[in-house]
Order: sequence, then structure tokens, then C-alpha cells
Amino acid sequence: MSASAYTRDEMMTVTAARQLVNGAVCFVGIGLPSAACNLARLTHAPDLVLIYESGTVGTRPLVLPLSIGDGELAETATCIVPLPEIFAHYLQRGRIDVGFLGAAQVDRFGNLNTTVIGDYVHPTVRLPGAGGAPEIATYAREVLVVMKQTPRSFVRELDFLTSCGYLTGSGARRARGCPGGGPRAVITDFGVLRPDPQTEELQLAALYPGVTPEAVRAATGWPLALASSLETLPPPSPGELASLRDLEARTQRAHARAVRISLPRAAVDA
Amino acid sequence: MKVQILPLSELIAAHLRDGQSVALEGFTHLIPFAAAHEIIRQRRRNLHLMRMTPDLVCDQLIGMGCAAQLTFSWGGNPGVGSLHRLRDAVERGWPQPLALSEFTHAEMAVAFQAGASAMPCGVMPHYAATDLQEHPASRVKTLSCPFTGRALAAVPALNPDVTILHAQQIDLAGNVLIRGIVGAAKEAALAARCVLVTVEEQVGTLRNDLNAVVLPACVITGASVVPGGAYPSYAHGFYPRDNAFYRGWDAIGRERDTFLAWMERHVLAVRDHAGLLRLLGVAA
Repeated sequence: MSASAYTRDEMMTVTAARQLVNGAVCFVGIGLPSAACNLARLTHAPDLVLIYESGTVGTRPLVLPLSIGDGELAETATCIVPLPEIFAHYLQRGRIDVGFLGAAQVDRFGNLNTTVIGDYVHPTVRLPGAGGAPEIATYAREVLVVMKQTPRSFVRELDFLTSCGYLTGSGARRARGCPGGGPRAVITDFGVLRPDPQTEELQLAALYPGVTPEAVRAATGWPLALASSLETLPPPSPGELASLRDLEARTQRAHARAVRISLPRAAVDA
Repeated sequence: MKVQILPLSELIAAHLRDGQSVALEGFTHLIPFAAAHEIIRQRRRNLHLMRMTPDLVCDQLIGMGCAAQLTFSWGGNPGVGSLHRLRDAVERGWPQPLALSEFTHAEMAVAFQAGASAMPCGVMPHYAATDLQEHPASRVKTLSCPFTGRALAAVPALNPDVTILHAQQIDLAGNVLIRGIVGAAKEAALAARCVLVTVEEQVGTLRNDLNAVVLPACVITGASVVPGGAYPSYAHGFYPRDNAFYRGWDAIGRERDTFLAWMERHVLAVRDHAGLLRLLGVAA
């Protein structure tokens, strides 16, 4: 692929990375959020403080972790704190600027489902569950959500409300006393959705080059409103693309590396 | 009191009974796979598994019919997708129905802390902003702060009958050193009645920093030296996480017959964990 051509997935990761301001303290979910946060750190935001729920604070991994607790995160961290501490002393205490999440389902108010599709007791699909997301969504000063947009994932009604966005909108979240500010943006493979300041309903605020509002609406399970001014986002710069592709190539090599464990002779001969 | 160091098969046989609650902790790091495989070989039944991230280790125990109950807070294959054996048990009751107790990570950490502190519950702020406290598997209740009137969530303490950890080192006195990501391992251990540990190696003296995570011998019930005992997860300073294995597990665990065949060949038919590592070509 030439440097000028890029995929919509790359555009999504680059756009997600651009949302992060240098120096922010960021609580990172695994997968797309982790890729976006590390791309930001490797490009315009070298002083991002990345915190993973495994308790690694200020981590600067050279390759993307597959799990939330790969050794790479520990080795490059400023410190490692026990798990009860990362949730109580950092997140609950209000020390996190940005929470970065993904989900299986999002609704028009940015509420997230990662628990079940179908009924809780007799689910059609049992999803992994809550993890750290409910508290991240509650306490982070602001939340960014990154996920691919389809009518199955951007739904009229969640099967289960795992992590709160703006609940039913129009101040419902504030009325419950949630300390954090809620989702500032939902970054998808079509563009960016942002909450309306009054109703707090997600609106299409920005598009990737060549994407039409009709295409985004067709990928959304509710009648998606358009923001009053619809921005077209610049494509990835050559620097952003090169950083992302290098990061992904390094990661792929690292994850394929064979593990060798040397056993003491007694164990080998047993 | 000196910690008894036993072969792993004897350690599990001596301390774990059918129907008990057993926490296998280690947050992505230091997951006690060797101990879990020994539990499978000894065909323990109706266990109540407790693990924040069930991971492949609980997927295997559940699929092999060892578990009747699971207390957890995130049940996926990290970075890969589903735990198919966990899903099969929840969605279709195979090989047996699995009763769930489900928390968030923060809640489950509080539950282990409460258990380790001899408290009936731990408390957190409560905002009634999710379905999590309302679903049938949640045991979280609300109360109000006697000082401020603020709504709080009460999370019932977790006190496992047995907690099993993997760690890097044990010294001659039986003190255990954990280095790297510790998760809620310490809290899960101190909450349990019986603490079993597998370690990479035994050393004369632990050379640890003053603030290192050490479980002193007086809280350890029994231990076993099992090099590679956390594989395919990892032991910081000894070997890395086998991310390729975790990716490959998706295909193995997806169907019942491929899963059973893999477990038969790699767990039931080998004598111990070194046998698995040799069979997979991981042992050098």
C-alpha cells in the first residue's frame, strides 16, 4: 500500500489518537483504544500518561500489548500499583483526565453494553462483561469511545447498560451525580459523533474524506441527527500513517515470537 | 512455621476438595495454569471458581466440567475475543450449567479487600447509572453513608476456601516474592482460608526491594516449585506471555470436540506441567 492510500480503519485510529491532548492522564482500554493512545504518544502527544487497569502507570510500550497486562506494559511503566489501588486511588479519586473505551453496543446517548446480547439469564451472546469500564465511564473527566459503526453496534436500545454515557440525556447523568463528564466523542470508521450540548444525544459532527452522511445513517440503528456544521477531517498525514504502520508491524512480530522456557535438568529429564 | 513444599499433585490432593471455592488469581500475569491443569487431572468437581479475568485457565476448568459456579468481572480472551467454553456453559449449559456472580473489576477488588480485612462487605460510591447492580448475578446492595447520607454500594466480601497463586520465588523459610503486575493477588490470598503457591524457583534468600510484594511464610499453607507454571501466561523476569498461544486458543476452544481432544492430549495424558511444555515445544 502506498503512503497516500489508507484504510478506513487506519483513519479511525488516527482520528482517535488526534483527540488526545499532550500531557493528559489517560485510562486505556485494550484493543482500538490502546492503539490510538499509543499512536498519540508516538506522534503529537509524547507526554501522555497512559494507565492500564493492570495497574501500570505512565507506561510507554514499544509494541501494543495483546492483553491489558502484558510484560511490556510493566517494564516501561513509571510504577506498578496493585489493582485495588488503581481503581480507588486513581480512578475513583478523580485523577484521570480521559477514559478511552470500546464496546459491543452504544446507544444514542453514548451508553455502552459489554455484558450480554439478549436476556441476561438466557443470553443469545454472552459478552466478556464489565471489567473496568463502568468505573472509567463514571469517573474519568471525559470519555472517548472508539468502535466500528454498524446497525448492530449502534443501536436504538441497548440489551444491557454496562457503562453509562448520558443515560436518557438532557442532564440525566448529572442528576445522578456521576463525577465524570461523560463521552466527549465517539470515533467510528465513518467519522466522529459528538453529543448535542442540550439534549446530549450523539450527532454526526465530522466525516472522513469520501464518506457521505447517508452512509453513516445507514450504519446507525437510530435516526442519526447531523450537527449544524459538518466537518470533513483531514486524511492521515504521512507521519501518522508511518508511525501507525510501524507500530502495528512491530507488534505483529513481537506477538508471533516463540516463547522458550528453560526448565531445570531434573524437570526436563522427568 | 516452615512452609511445606510438595510436588504439585500432592499439594492439590491435600488441600482442594470438590465443591470448594477456589480463587486462581494473577491479573494476566502469573496465572496458575500448572495448578489448574493438576485440578483438571484430579477431576475435581463442582468448584466455585473466583477470578477477576477468568482467562483461558477458567475456560479450561469450565469446559472440563470442574466448575459449577464462577465469580468474575471480565470474561474474555484478552485482545482476542470470547472464551468459548465459558460462553457454552452460560449459553447452553455445557458440560454443566454455570451459576454466575458478576462484578466490575473495581467491585471485585473491593470484595477481595473486604475478605482480606475480615469485613462482611466493602463500600464504594453508588450512582445507579448502570444495569449492573440490578441483574440477577449481582450481589451488590445499596446503603447510605451514616455521616453524609451519600448513596454507597456495598459489595459482599469474598473469602475463598482456597486461593492459588503463581509467583517468581520462594525462599528456604517459605516467604514468597511477586514481581511485576500484581493485580489483586495479595488481597485474594489474604482473604482465603488456605493459600497455595506455585513458584518458578526456590532460592536461599529473596533479594527484594524494601517495598516489594512479599507474602510472608506465615500466610502460606503450602507450595510447590513448578518452573513455567504460569505458561501460557507469563512470569516477569522468567518468560513472556505466549500471545500466539492465546490467539491460537480461539480456534481450539471454539468447538467442544477440538477442545476435548486438546485437553486430553495436552493435560490429561501428560504427567505434569513439564510434560505439557515439552509437548508444545516450549521447554528448552
